[in-house]
Amino acid sequence: MSTVWTPAEQPDSFVFDAASEEEIAGVLTKYPEERKASAVMPLLYIAQRQMGRVTGSAWVPVAAMDVIAQRLGMAAIRVYEVASFYTMFNTQPIGRYHLQVCTTTPCWLRGSDDVVEACQKATGIQHFGETSADGLFTMSEVECLGACSNAPILQVDDDFYEDMNAERTELVIAELRAGRRPTPGPMINRSVSAPEGGRKTLLSPSTADQE
Amino acid sequence: MVRVIVDGTPVDVAPGSSALQACEAAGKEIPRFCYHERLSVAGNCRMCLVEVARAPKPVASCGFPVSDGMQIFTDTEVVRRARRAVMEFLLINHPLDCPICDQGGECDLQDQAYGYGAGISRYKEDKRAVTDKDLGPLVKTVMTRCIQCTRCVRFSTEVAGTPELGLVSRGENAEITTYVEKALTSELSGNLIDVCPVGALTAKPSAFHARSWEYKKTDSIDVMDALGTNIQVQARGGEVMRIVPRVNDDVNEEWLSDKGRFSIDGLKRKRLDRPWVRVHGKISSVSWKDALIALARRFDGVPGDKIGAIAGDLCDAESLCAIKDLLQSIGSGNLDCRQDGAWYDTSARSGYLFNSDIGGIDQADALLLVGTMPRHEAPVLNARIRKRFVDAGRGGFPIGMIGAPTADMTYDVNVLGNGPDVLADLLSGRNAFAEVLKNAKNPMIIVGHSALTRRDAPAIYAACRELAQTCGAITPEWHGLNILHTAASRVGALDLGFLPGPHGCDAASMLRGGVEILWLLGADDVQIDRIPPETFVVYLGHHGDAAAKRADIILPGAAYTEKPGTYVNTAGRVQRAFRAVFAPGEAREDWRIIRAFSEVVGHTLPYDTLEQLRAHMAQVNPVFALGGKNTQRLAGQGGEQPVLPAKQEGELMPAPLRPVIQDYYQTNVISRASQTMAECSRVYGTVPAVAAE
Amino acid sequence: MLADKDRIFTNLYGQNDWRLEAARKRGDWTNTADIIAKGRDAIIAEMKASGLRGRGGAGFPTGLKWSFMPKQSDGRPHYLVINGDESEPGTCKDREVMRHEPHKLIESAMIASFAMGAHASYIYIRGEFCREAERLQAAIDEAYAAGLLGKNAAGSGWDFDFRIHRGAGAYICGEETALLESLEGKKGQPRMKPPFPAGVGLYGCPTTVNNVESIAVTSTIMRRGASWFAGLGRPNNAGSKLMAISGHVNTPCVFEEELGVPLKEIIEKHGGGVRGGWDNLLAVIPGGCSVPLLPKSVCETVLMDYDSLRAERSGLGTACMIVMDRSTDIIKAIARFSKFFKHESCGQCTPCREGTGWMMRMMDRMVQGRADIEEIDLLEQVTRQVEGHTICALGDAAAWPIQGLIRHFRPEMEERIRQYKAAYGSTGLVQVPAGGVPAAVE
Repeated sequence: MSTVWTPAEQPDSFVFDAASEEEIAGVLTKYPEERKASAVMPLLYIAQRQMGRVTGSAWVPVAAMDVIAQRLGMAAIRVYEVASFYTMFNTQPIGRYHLQVCTTTPCWLRGSDDVVEACQKATGIQHFGETSADGLFTMSEVECLGACSNAPILQVDDDFYEDMNAERTELVIAELRAGRRPTPGPMINRSVSAPEGGRKTLLSPSTADQE
Repeated sequence: MVRVIVDGTPVDVAPGSSALQACEAAGKEIPRFCYHERLSVAGNCRMCLVEVARAPKPVASCGFPVSDGMQIFTDTEVVRRARRAVMEFLLINHPLDCPICDQGGECDLQDQAYGYGAGISRYKEDKRAVTDKDLGPLVKTVMTRCIQCTRCVRFSTEVAGTPELGLVSRGENAEITTYVEKALTSELSGNLIDVCPVGALTAKPSAFHARSWEYKKTDSIDVMDALGTNIQVQARGGEVMRIVPRVNDDVNEEWLSDKGRFSIDGLKRKRLDRPWVRVHGKISSVSWKDALIALARRFDGVPGDKIGAIAGDLCDAESLCAIKDLLQSIGSGNLDCRQDGAWYDTSARSGYLFNSDIGGIDQADALLLVGTMPRHEAPVLNARIRKRFVDAGRGGFPIGMIGAPTADMTYDVNVLGNGPDVLADLLSGRNAFAEVLKNAKNPMIIVGHSALTRRDAPAIYAACRELAQTCGAITPEWHGLNILHTAASRVGALDLGFLPGPHGCDAASMLRGGVEILWLLGADDVQIDRIPPETFVVYLGHHGDAAAKRADIILPGAAYTEKPGTYVNTAGRVQRAFRAVFAPGEAREDWRIIRAFSEVVGHTLPYDTLEQLRAHMAQVNPVFALGGKNTQRLAGQGGEQPVLPAKQEGELMPAPLRPVIQDYYQTNVISRASQTMAECSRVYGTVPAVAAE
Repeated sequence: MLADKDRIFTNLYGQNDWRLEAARKRGDWTNTADIIAKGRDAIIAEMKASGLRGRGGAGFPTGLKWSFMPKQSDGRPHYLVINGDESEPGTCKDREVMRHEPHKLIESAMIASFAMGAHASYIYIRGEFCREAERLQAAIDEAYAAGLLGKNAAGSGWDFDFRIHRGAGAYICGEETALLESLEGKKGQPRMKPPFPAGVGLYGCPTTVNNVESIAVTSTIMRRGASWFAGLGRPNNAGSKLMAISGHVNTPCVFEEELGVPLKEIIEKHGGGVRGGWDNLLAVIPGGCSVPLLPKSVCETVLMDYDSLRAERSGLGTACMIVMDRSTDIIKAIARFSKFFKHESCGQCTPCREGTGWMMRMMDRMVQGRADIEEIDLLEQVTRQVEGHTICALGDAAAWPIQGLIRHFRPEMEERIRQYKAAYGSTGLVQVPAGGVPAAVE
């Protein structure tokens, strides 16, 4: 999202590695050849993941955007526009783990303030957008994640940790710090988005568990 | 036609028109910011909202297609309220800095705020501030003033073909930027200033110099290239402050090249403002009288055929006519307007014109560029080619090129080869592009001076003409064999016959000592150092450039903004420029100097006034008979066939074509004197020279 | 209330396997070719007869929308684009379809595409639903392997390709034309309409954009018949619908329910009641944050369907309720939506770009009470100035929650302002009067 570009942080060049190239080849088959600009978002993702894989910080440097522009036959500025428009493309380096706290009303009603506070406490980060001193965590405020019945949500990279509170947040962060990723999903005793304590519908034999 | 009812008045508009166009046809003024008739429709400013019967909400008229019987209301309470709302939103984050804004007085936002703005602001929150961007030496930014209309983004993407500006980020953080802080690489970037409806993009060189209402505005013609861009020179107190384009769809639409716009500081530097005479190797300032007498004395006893004149690229046709008349009256046929040594087929006018006219590009459906780099030689014409390329859609306007491009052409070109020998392949059909030309309805060939300044120019031209004839580019309806000139004076001079007479010397032999007295009429781009020391050099011009340094007598003339003049563009369009300011110091209009000298030297020219001179020009060549018009192109020359000898001398040579313009920003005495242009050269670098032949 | 036998999404909670084999047991992909064999017109007629209205929020009749597609291709391909950019705060229903009923979605997409003459369909899934996209991709791979997608898909004689395109964090891409822009590799900025997507959509070709749920119910409607579906719910509000409850209820969850059931009953049954009991209820936002809230008095009786909620000057939206009890700072709850819309405005058109920020800043002051009472009217006027003047509906969506707040909770807003004034004496806003800077300040 940030449009502030600090040249010092930008790597001089970017080259897709073999793993990324394989992904790109798959992505490009999805769109008509003359419409390959459609692949700009997938390619930005691939570049971002490669940066995460290689450097531990999943972000998209300008050099990568230039490579993508060339690959897709687009003007570089069109790629910059796209990268800056969508919030999930990090145009600045981030920490190894991206803590994304939803604070929109449904999460807020159910205690997202506590989750934010717990994140701050556990990582030492003061404000949204900052990276912890050890470089492990970046905390971002995100808008509704679309899992409101499991609010509040803490998204870590691509995983949703649901039904959070302060205590569970600290637990998740402690696990991440220890190099383990806890199983995503509801952090309380419930199955996905079914009501806590067991589902109230789909109880008849034909639709109940087939096992 | 579609009948639309605007505020109760029925109007007929073409199908596919927008509601806004219908309103304009009905004489209703619709306020707008983002809409620009030469750019794609964005519909984002929402200022042009109108009510349409049966539409639930006000609609943006710029992008709303008309349908038969549609009723549009432009002045209802809903419309007024909507526009007031939009205006308020535009103003809440717009700074109240009109007193220090260069756009003040010609600002769309300012003007429309009078109509739709409230007297007070209801906005109590903090205003937004946006970081200014560095777009290079020409365009100054004050991004806080930006209203995100994206006209600049669309201009640079669509017209200029240099997509470097974008609206990045989103919401209220959205801002116009290159994202990577780089100078815009377009030769048309000055037009961004014109399309910007507010003071976000203004002219950097003239920042804070003048207010728009202070200017004295004079119509003129740009001489920085041969396109003949219609311009308006805006002056204050005898100083040219600004040059902006005028609308002329047959020439420049409403664009102007950066060199034409920003070279103006060159008009104030290195000027020749009094006559100089070299005595015993030392140059000293003299009065007009002494200068003319000294020159007349030098003429005394020199046979006519030992006197010659070479004309430069910026001359008006009047001066050219006067000097030609003078030399002819003293028995000289040593005249040449081709200081670059170009070769033209002068057997007919169509031999040296851009025959299809500039607007003809819009009809062309295949193009072959031979030894020309339009982006540098005529940026506005290049934009016209790009427009055709974009409008034609994928593959609709194939463009072939002979000669290596020295920059991105802004459209796809198929480089067929570097040397003119490719023409032989096209003629024989060995090159597949021959088929493309043949299949086109209106094929176009543009021959440039990279080809015409070579020794094998006659052979290249003959091959091009043969190709044009075989591919159907020359028919009674269509003449697609075009010459793209680079010098503003060239076609006018050719029309006046400013060429060596039956036994006259051409420019090269005059420079090599073929004449005793060499009169350089603003001719600075000849190889001055080749002139032998014994040649007496008269320089009539306005800048202390290369030629003035060598001159034995300097007669200070007027620059194009300082004299009424006639210029003929590359397409043969005769256009009049008017005097915007007076020449500095003792400098005078060139033809008047020549007229005065003719009297001193005893060959008095038969005209005393500009009108008489112009009447005389019209006798020399009827194309100059404008009949009160300021711009005119004589039609009906499409089928005119030049008379060429059956077989041209010489063969096509394989050597690669070399670009004629090495540095777009410095091509003549004015642009070389301009610090702005020097800065552009520094920032944008020079075109790498291609290896010599 | 909806009986289990009438549920469409029988694996809503993923209690059973999502894979092809299990999906087939639930009825998916069983006689797809037979459905296709009915022909385009019959399918569209059936969909029209079912009374299905768009499940993404606008409630436009789905069958009618399909019928806008050209009957004959003019050479351009047709596209079905499925909108899985579920991002409206409170809304979390399509996620369950994508991760637990992927085959129902893919099969329905094929039937719908056939009905529109489309050989290719893209589903645009919001970027944050990474795992959901992975799950759906796995299901697509299964379907290709089983011959259910690709050439002669499911033996129907119709070639059909189904592909995923992931978003990357932009609510506005839920707007259909912004979605198409995004799918074309551009910023998600809505297009002006006309032209509508059915004429000029994806890549300039005829396109229909439908919500995930609207598409996913297609196969079941075709199997069980339009009359079965139309028999559920109320007239003009037919069928069952995925709903969700979030906020201050005892058991927030996602569920499928018949339209036209009383809101109160839904909260009691599925939500396990309001936290602290029904009388502790303050307000409900019935269908995602862009619909105006309902105060408790309305919640007592209102039915959950398009027309009933429209009559209460709110809307069904996505039918994903946000329940707020009396402990809620309602001004803050709505102010957070203002922040959301300001964050998600694409920045293209003036009223939304400038108006959302203005509204957010005023709402932030309203939360504190740092305002004048007349500014509530100004705020209302600003919402009216945004509403109806923008390219897309995001401006309207940003305006409505505030209008609902002022309509129902103006006394609370005024009280907040009075409290602030009592505590701090003034609003703390310095205004320069028209006459210039007062002498005292200089």
